[in-house]
Amino acid sequence: MNKGAVILQDITKSYKTVKALTEINVSIEKGELFGFIGPDGAGKTTLFRILTTLLNPDTGTATVAGFNTITDYKAIRKIVGYMPGRFSLYQDLTVEENLKFFASIYKSTIEENYHLISDIYRHIEPFKHRKAAQLSGGMKQKLALSCALIHKPEVLFLDEPTTGVDAVSRMEFWEMLKKLRSQGITILVSTPYMDEAALCDRVALMQNGHLMAIDTPDAIIKAFGLTIYAVKSNKMFQLLTDLQSIQETEAVYRFGDVVHYLNKSSSFDPAKISQHLIKAAHTEIIVKQTVPTIEDSFMLNMRKSDSFNTQGNDN
Amino acid sequence: MRTILYILQKEFRQIFREKAMLVIIVVIPMFQLLILSFTATFEIKNTNIAILDHDHSVESRRLISKFDGSPFFTIDSFYESYDQGVEALKSGKTHQLLIIQPNFESDLQRDGKGKVMLITDAINGSAASIMNAYAHAILFDFNRQMLIDQYPNLNLNDPIQITVSNWYNPRLNYITYMVPGILVLLVTIIGMFLSGMNVVKEKELGTIEQINVTPIKKYQFIIGKLLPFWIIAMFEFSLGLFLARFVFGVPMLGSLALQLGTVSVYLIVVLAFGLFVSTVTDTMQQAMFISWFFMVIFILMSGLFTPVESMPDWAQTVNKINPIAYFIQINRMIMLKGSVFSDFTRQFYSLVVYAVLMLSLSVWRYRKVA
Repeated sequence: MNKGAVILQDITKSYKTVKALTEINVSIEKGELFGFIGPDGAGKTTLFRILTTLLNPDTGTATVAGFNTITDYKAIRKIVGYMPGRFSLYQDLTVEENLKFFASIYKSTIEENYHLISDIYRHIEPFKHRKAAQLSGGMKQKLALSCALIHKPEVLFLDEPTTGVDAVSRMEFWEMLKKLRSQGITILVSTPYMDEAALCDRVALMQNGHLMAIDTPDAIIKAFGLTIYAVKSNKMFQLLTDLQSIQETEAVYRFGDVVHYLNKSSSFDPAKISQHLIKAAHTEIIVKQTVPTIEDSFMLNMRKSDSFNTQGNDN
Repeated sequence: MRTILYILQKEFRQIFREKAMLVIIVVIPMFQLLILSFTATFEIKNTNIAILDHDHSVESRRLISKFDGSPFFTIDSFYESYDQGVEALKSGKTHQLLIIQPNFESDLQRDGKGKVMLITDAINGSAASIMNAYAHAILFDFNRQMLIDQYPNLNLNDPIQITVSNWYNPRLNYITYMVPGILVLLVTIIGMFLSGMNVVKEKELGTIEQINVTPIKKYQFIIGKLLPFWIIAMFEFSLGLFLARFVFGVPMLGSLALQLGTVSVYLIVVLAFGLFVSTVTDTMQQAMFISWFFMVIFILMSGLFTPVESMPDWAQTVNKINPIAYFIQINRMIMLKGSVFSDFTRQFYSLVVYAVLMLSLSVWRYRKVA
């Protein structure tokens, strides 16, 4: 078994009536920066809680660095760092006290692994005597990451680390993750932001407890296979329904301030879109071909798995 | 071992970081001790009595002056009509109504029989019976005085001579009785509430999640949670003892070491109880209500205010699982009677069993893996 890798086999987990995870199979290489991308409620946190030994799966096995999450949970707890989605450090302790506490319970010291966290901790070191509760959102995330790293974990789990953090801090955060990866730490990160997917080595698209696709961001985009037309008009509200009525429409969905239109036919003529819309009394029509992104891929996959779900599973 | 020290350091930092916490831990219980000990008393003083004198004679005035002279009664007012008197009872202005019948004096002198009527506000039954007893004593005295006046040669000595001697609390001082009990109450509150609340707080804030993924062991976490409050409660108990001795002058006849030894076991029971509550609840509110539920029952049944022996049998059976009852007994015995260990082995071993049981139960319930 590949040491440092995270392997999930047929993991299923249900909460009473809700199926949170369904037959999750994925293998993550050592030193990889792996992203789980999906909206709220996709099952990302449940997956992370299973891998960090906080939750036992109903069926299936998961290993972290070769250790089974159920039988070897003690070994796993020594070598993983976990940053929960919700800020979970002691708000009434100072920055430094938090860091020292988490270092000491791993029988380590701040000095011993300072090199690992220095890039991150430097930003919050001027406030080290401030209580954690008084930090800004971005600084809290940095402190949480520092605390998760202070014992030099082999595998790092970051559950939605950038949710609620401003755009600049988000970019900084991803820069840090890339540096950490270069130190050989395997990083699993979950995020609802599609634009962050491109920053991972590989991503898994997740929806309703299913993994829809696992690949590198480039490969996922390449596999998209359809041409996307970005459409705009004066009546954006009606645009979605009007576009649906074009023959052989694959998908229509909002994408920022435009609507993305996909057609099943490979010989589709984009001029049809304008013609159709003019008939429906739209003006100021703009139709442009555009390159697919992870989000497009996600939307398309989601539609497929949705229709799959409604066909196969009528509960 | 080092890990436990780090956890303890963290806990103490958190406890003392909040200024309000210091007040809660030290000042409030001492205040409670000072206030409760003086006020939680069953002694009845200053009973208001209203007089309805229909006779206005020398004898009736002599009877009234007897009541007036008693430190127990305060004559609140004189009424002329029965309705006025009833009104005063209704409004709570007066607690007792003494009605002297017309011709009280002449009946007495002619037939040797006079009639008075005593109406008592008996909402509080035990207070009412005490008031009645006092009033009876005065009337009995008055009767006896009359007999002596009329038949100076009559031998009124009872055949049996009774000498009453009040041991362990010779002056029947209520404070002496209450302080050791209230002391127990205070450390119970600290133990049961603070320890449980502390664990639930970690659950509520989500910090327990972060702790659970670390290699911290179950016993380390639990010791880290219990020991600080054990130390605080021990400190508080000692401080309370100091106040009991030097402010209230409560005698401390027994061995101090024995007392501290038993309280240290008792605290384990209480702390483990709090911890157990925290393992079955998710929010501080729930924990608060559940702890409060047990606290109130345990306290009211503990014999702090009312003797356990006068409770119904089933209540005495329930009291077998009431740690507060055991320890109030032990504490009073040591302080007031100077009891030694062999006097309360049964209670002590009950506490030991309780401690082991609660601790294992809460350790078993507290799981790191959901």
